[in-house]
Amino acid sequence: MTRPTRAVLPPGTLDDTDRAILNALQDGFPLTPRPFDDAAAPLGITGDALIARLARLRELGAITRFGPFFDAAAMGGAFCLCAMEVPAEDFEAVLTKVNAHPEVAHNYERTHALNMWFVLATDTPAGIGRTARAIEAETGLKVMQFPKLEEFFIGFRVSA
Amino acid sequence: MTPAARPEPSHDPRAGLDRVDRSLVAATQAGLPLVPRPYATIASWLNLSEEEVIARLGALQDRGIVRRIAIAPNHYALGMTANGMSVWDVADDRASALGAQVGALPFVTHCYLRPRARPVWPYNLFAMLHGSTREAVEAQRSQVAAILGDACAAHDILYSTRILKKTGLRLRDD
Repeated sequence: MTRPTRAVLPPGTLDDTDRAILNALQDGFPLTPRPFDDAAAPLGITGDALIARLARLRELGAITRFGPFFDAAAMGGAFCLCAMEVPAEDFEAVLTKVNAHPEVAHNYERTHALNMWFVLATDTPAGIGRTARAIEAETGLKVMQFPKLEEFFIGFRVSA
Repeated sequence: MTPAARPEPSHDPRAGLDRVDRSLVAATQAGLPLVPRPYATIASWLNLSEEEVIARLGALQDRGIVRRIAIAPNHYALGMTANGMSVWDVADDRASALGAQVGALPFVTHCYLRPRARPVWPYNLFAMLHGSTREAVEAQRSQVAAILGDACAAHDILYSTRILKKTGLRLRDD
């Protein structure tokens, strides 16, 4: 998996067709023998042109991934958003202990008393609680768990 | 599929994936090949027919194991450099319907209902907002507030000040 680029593309890098591709292909890609031809038709370009543009968008870092998105829970794994209130003077020490767990997938410092927010990704649902308890034992701090109860997905639209 | 009773210790949802399905997952985890007939290419890697690859991916999609086949845009590269995790205390009986409306806003990328943790955390609706500036994100926050109206008792927005760790999802191919 490509590491997301932390650089903004210069203005003018993308044209209207690129933006139309970014919007259209977030919703789905056909399961047909020649899917690029089928996805390209409504965009007014050929399948070959779509392939070339996707290759460029990937090269530029405008897209991070193109392909099937698997549901981790359906695959047997589990995800959980967690948060901790970490005293400022202990922040770096706690961070080292938290990040040492391979189950910690993303971790962000945020503007709140709950100042450390991370996602646990584990092979089994039981792994979430086990990892959270391990972090609590190592740091002496409570790990609050915010599992998703319902998800609303639409995606995001690139403005013209 | 039989409706799962979710017995935690012995529960293995991957039991529903046979060996060929798992090989398909492993072959497509990094993405689809950018060739005119990508499913035929994948089929050639796995010694399957193109028809079988399409049929199996379709079946996985019907079962929700493949959520969708799509692109993931890089918000940051596309100029969405400001992001805020907006969190809302929404009346339980209206949270589901209002969450769907908030999730449909074009600048909301992730939108979830999650459990509250009172008294520290009264919020149950999480909506990730993306904009080109923090001012733009604040304007989006006002739009969300307008949608939620009097169903929302309190809200906050948490900006990320530092990325402390970021790794891709790694599924094991066992």
